[in-house]
Amino acid sequence: MTAAATTRTPGARVLSATIRAFNANKTSWIGLGVFLLVVVLAVLAPWISPHDPLEQDIFNKLASPSSRYWLGTDYFGRDILSRLLHGARYSLIIGIVATFMAMIIGSIIGILAGYYGGRFDLFTMQVMDILLAFPSLILGLIIVAMLGPSLTNIIIAIALTSIPSFARIARAPTIAVKEREFIEAGRSLGYSDARLMSVHILPNISAEILVMFSLWTASSIRTEASLAFIGLGLKPPIPTWGGMIRDGFENILDSYWLALMPGVAILIIVFALNLLGDGLRDAIDPKLKGEQ
Amino acid sequence: MSAPILSIRNLTTSFRSGKVWTPVVKDLSFDIAPRETVAIVGESGSGKSVTALSIMRLVPEVNGRIEGRILLQGRDLVPLPESDMRAVRGGEISMIFQEPMTSLNPVLTIGFQIAETLRFHRLIGQAQAEAEALRILDTVRIPAAKARFNEYPHRFSGGMRQRVMIAMALACRPKLLIADAPTTALDVTIQAQILELIKELQDAFGMAVMFITHDMGVVAEVADRTIVMYQGDGVEAGETGTLFLAPRHPYTKALLAAVPKLGSMAGQDRPGRFPVVDVLTGESDVPQTTPETVDPNAQPLLDVRDLVTRFDLRSGILGRVSGRVHAVEGVSFSLRAGETLALVGESGCGKSTTGRSILRLVEPRSGTVMFEGRDVASLPKTELRAMRQRMQMIFQDPYASLNPRKTVGGSIAEPMLVHGLADRTTARARVADLLVKVGLSPDMVDRLPHEFSGGQRQRLCIARALGLAPRLIVADEAVSALDVSIKAQVINLMLDLQAEFGLAYLFISHDMAVVERVSHRVAVMHLGEIVEIGPRAAVFDDPQHPYTRKLMAAVPSPDPARRTLRRGLSNDEIPSPFQKPDYVPPKRLYREVSPGHLVQES
Amino acid sequence: MKTFLVRRLGFALVTMFAVLTIIFMIVRVLPGDPAMVILGDQADAAAIAALRTRLGLDQPLLVQYLEFLGGAVRGDWGVSLVTGRPVVQDVLDVLPWTIELTVSALLIGAIIGIPLGVWAAINRNRAIDYATRMVSLLGLSFPAFVSGIMLLIGLAIQLRWFPVISGNRSNLSSWALSLALPAINLGLIMAAYITRVTRSAMLEVLSEDYVRTARAKGAPWKIVVWRHALRNALIPIITIVGLYLGVLIGNSVLTEIVFNRPGLGKLIVGALNQRDYTMLQGMMVIYTMLVVGINLATDLVYGAADPRVKMS
Repeated sequence: MTAAATTRTPGARVLSATIRAFNANKTSWIGLGVFLLVVVLAVLAPWISPHDPLEQDIFNKLASPSSRYWLGTDYFGRDILSRLLHGARYSLIIGIVATFMAMIIGSIIGILAGYYGGRFDLFTMQVMDILLAFPSLILGLIIVAMLGPSLTNIIIAIALTSIPSFARIARAPTIAVKEREFIEAGRSLGYSDARLMSVHILPNISAEILVMFSLWTASSIRTEASLAFIGLGLKPPIPTWGGMIRDGFENILDSYWLALMPGVAILIIVFALNLLGDGLRDAIDPKLKGEQ
Repeated sequence: MSAPILSIRNLTTSFRSGKVWTPVVKDLSFDIAPRETVAIVGESGSGKSVTALSIMRLVPEVNGRIEGRILLQGRDLVPLPESDMRAVRGGEISMIFQEPMTSLNPVLTIGFQIAETLRFHRLIGQAQAEAEALRILDTVRIPAAKARFNEYPHRFSGGMRQRVMIAMALACRPKLLIADAPTTALDVTIQAQILELIKELQDAFGMAVMFITHDMGVVAEVADRTIVMYQGDGVEAGETGTLFLAPRHPYTKALLAAVPKLGSMAGQDRPGRFPVVDVLTGESDVPQTTPETVDPNAQPLLDVRDLVTRFDLRSGILGRVSGRVHAVEGVSFSLRAGETLALVGESGCGKSTTGRSILRLVEPRSGTVMFEGRDVASLPKTELRAMRQRMQMIFQDPYASLNPRKTVGGSIAEPMLVHGLADRTTARARVADLLVKVGLSPDMVDRLPHEFSGGQRQRLCIARALGLAPRLIVADEAVSALDVSIKAQVINLMLDLQAEFGLAYLFISHDMAVVERVSHRVAVMHLGEIVEIGPRAAVFDDPQHPYTRKLMAAVPSPDPARRTLRRGLSNDEIPSPFQKPDYVPPKRLYREVSPGHLVQES
Repeated sequence: MKTFLVRRLGFALVTMFAVLTIIFMIVRVLPGDPAMVILGDQADAAAIAALRTRLGLDQPLLVQYLEFLGGAVRGDWGVSLVTGRPVVQDVLDVLPWTIELTVSALLIGAIIGIPLGVWAAINRNRAIDYATRMVSLLGLSFPAFVSGIMLLIGLAIQLRWFPVISGNRSNLSSWALSLALPAINLGLIMAAYITRVTRSAMLEVLSEDYVRTARAKGAPWKIVVWRHALRNALIPIITIVGLYLGVLIGNSVLTEIVFNRPGLGKLIVGALNQRDYTMLQGMMVIYTMLVVGINLATDLVYGAADPRVKMS
């Protein structure tokens, strides 16, 4: 094990472990690259958009892609490319923030349920199971419908639909790790439950949770777009990808690119995040990749 | 001299990791004659299992490569096309594996699994195959075979499942049976039954057996010839008796020296260190005699009286208590400083639960545990923490006993920091000190557990326990998962530490031979009760209780003269301490055979 | 098995109440006034107050809760604010459409997904395995409405193979044609999920000891894969596919919108657009019952498939 001998400091160790994880399945690099590209584009959107996303050019409405409007214009003559770039910001913010919240809350619930077991675990997991089986879309739809489509409400709704998944993904390895002797050794050494859960269990399950973070961000972005498509997204004229598809759907027979472009954009970011998460999952569970 | 059934010539099996091919079996050659039993013995990493998988060509083709010749009655199996090889597997050579609990398909009945083997190799119909399968089940002595034919594997115990595996393997009357450590996961009395069964069937079917194991006692009992493997090489081969009495290769000598032999401690009162043989030169050191560590007049450090621990089993719709496991039922013993008391018995006897109950990792139902004058069993949880410093535990699985994400230095220092016994700087010094004490080097402080071997990890766990300066250490099967030679080294370490620090050990084990070396006193447990307790010499030289005698008779002894010994088959399962909720355990009386040697009256 | 059954049923009932309570709480406790949402923030106070009374929002929380639960148990899931008909009626009207769509999607998904997943598993790390993994990952990355729109644009609008608006049941061929695109849309996404689940379950199972035993017995590879491995892999596959049925239901809502097909999805979206508050609440109850029912059904199938459960 000479390679390990050179990475003695904690920082170097984490870095080399991360790189090895990415290398387990090379496509995760592609996923990461595309994702970061989209993030950069979104952050720079106000500066790199060729037009103002809200500016209407009535004389050029429903224009096909041209050199002036690279992806064409919508029903109000607004540049689709600029709207896509700005829409990326909303998709990313909602997706990442909602998933992050869900990760924190869900993991805590999952670890507690897995560690303490008993009736608390039984009850909590039954509820989580039902919520998990509940279509995220329907659940999100109900919550946003009842509360109104503001940025906060949408984030809360999507976070709530993601919590059960994190609870599950934190609970299973917690139970597995809890059975290992070093936890029992910790108890015999007088460590408190809180210490065992935070210092001993959490670092050993963080990989699974982080992989879930990537995959669920993808799912959250997809759910948000679906909600916007139904009409429960941020209200126009704010450019959300789902909303743009909704608008474009009305003109689908003649100007189908209105609905197609944002669709492709959603697909790209979701696929990238899925590649990333799925590739990292190979690092955690080599059996899935097919090695002995 | 008839022609050999199996002839291995220059077998080299390599595995690929990345781009590099690493040989795991190197240039191995040997023969197996008809009706002969050949044992392949070695420790982990020796390549013995891979040899078996190579013969069966079950090595994964993507990453594995077999070179050399494997001649089955003259026919070379290595270049054989897969369809022909399939006929060989199960038809001419059969294999049984180590883990009976996972080796049978859980969703198919055992009868079906045996019958399908027959249909793979012979052109017979389903009904005929089932009839034949039933006959074979009878042959392997599954009680009520006809009734159990359509049951699923999860209804069978480990020993019974291994019998089913044997039935499947022998269904088509193979010429050679490869047994890869089939009894390692079984209790010693069950192991004895299975070994006996294999011998009997071997005679009846006239087949050869290749027996893979790490247990020299098993080797002595079953093998006509023995091959010793070390790191992929066959280092020594020969007739079993000669090999045991006059080993030539240094590794063989080292291996034999590390094997505890039941009865070798006769006449000695105190525990004995194992002689350490250098693997390269074959020279043995002279084991120093262990010093006297026990003061016979001192008050006992630990005094357990009438300890009871039970587990409720709930079933039914409302989750009512349908029964209880009487894991520990009225156990009493005492332990002095510097003394080692062994709790020995088979699975389900309650020895592990006793250890955990004393430390209150499991809550006992009743009884007292006096430690240093205070009753641990009734301490409130807040005071328990302080008490935990003084009694420590070492567990069975060295691979799971350390947090894989923490450096070993961090894991060893943690208890001291948590209990406030040291701050970061003093802890660092203590850790270095402890590492040296357990025979490791202080510059290993920043490594992660996966960089260490099993034996080294167990030393690290001992170091971690020592950090709190305990007076009592409960060793729960602490050496059971280690290789034979490593086992000896760790036991030597434990004896040295006992001499240096006056540690008391509660040594929990199923291995009678190891117990004989390590303990001052022994308690034999069965169904949650102590059936016999006394000084080690007394219990081992003059066992009184029938269960103690049965246990000792079942232990395979590394004495080749016992090879022709036949035990006579029994089918007893190990009883479980499971009782109905209204069961009241009877009061037990003990009779004193000699000073300190007590036996339960039956 | 009987204990298992009764236990699961009991749990199902308890959790249904728990989930309904949670949904009730979420909506009532978080800030936001449904009445204002329905009428818009331009409406005057009197109208809002009147609507609140009509919806029962001015009652104490506990009363609202009991009314809500009581209604759910009785089968009275409210009356639509828009049509005036009981919610149950509207639901039963559209239920057959949704059922036929989801069942066909599930069939398509399983027929494509399971063999593909098995094939990928036994050819692990070869080109076909990588291709399958990439394609299936791409498949499940599609939001159902995006793939639906693409199918609509490609096959219905441009190529005119299928009708743009489905929902024609007059005869067999038009029924099949109008069911085809929506079912294919949902079915392909389902197939992507099922392929992945099957592949990972098979890989797990193929590395188990009993598969090695089967090979050591001389079993032909086909039998090892289909009789020994797949039968065991089906157990986790069933469980996970049961979880994905939720995704399927969500996607069917989107598909029904894209293809303009009647069903539960369109009902709920219609209720949203028309601010039909009671209809929404009633549908919430129905979806909960549906999900709990599916969960229970999955458990039962799992219990029947795994002898360790069936026999206990």
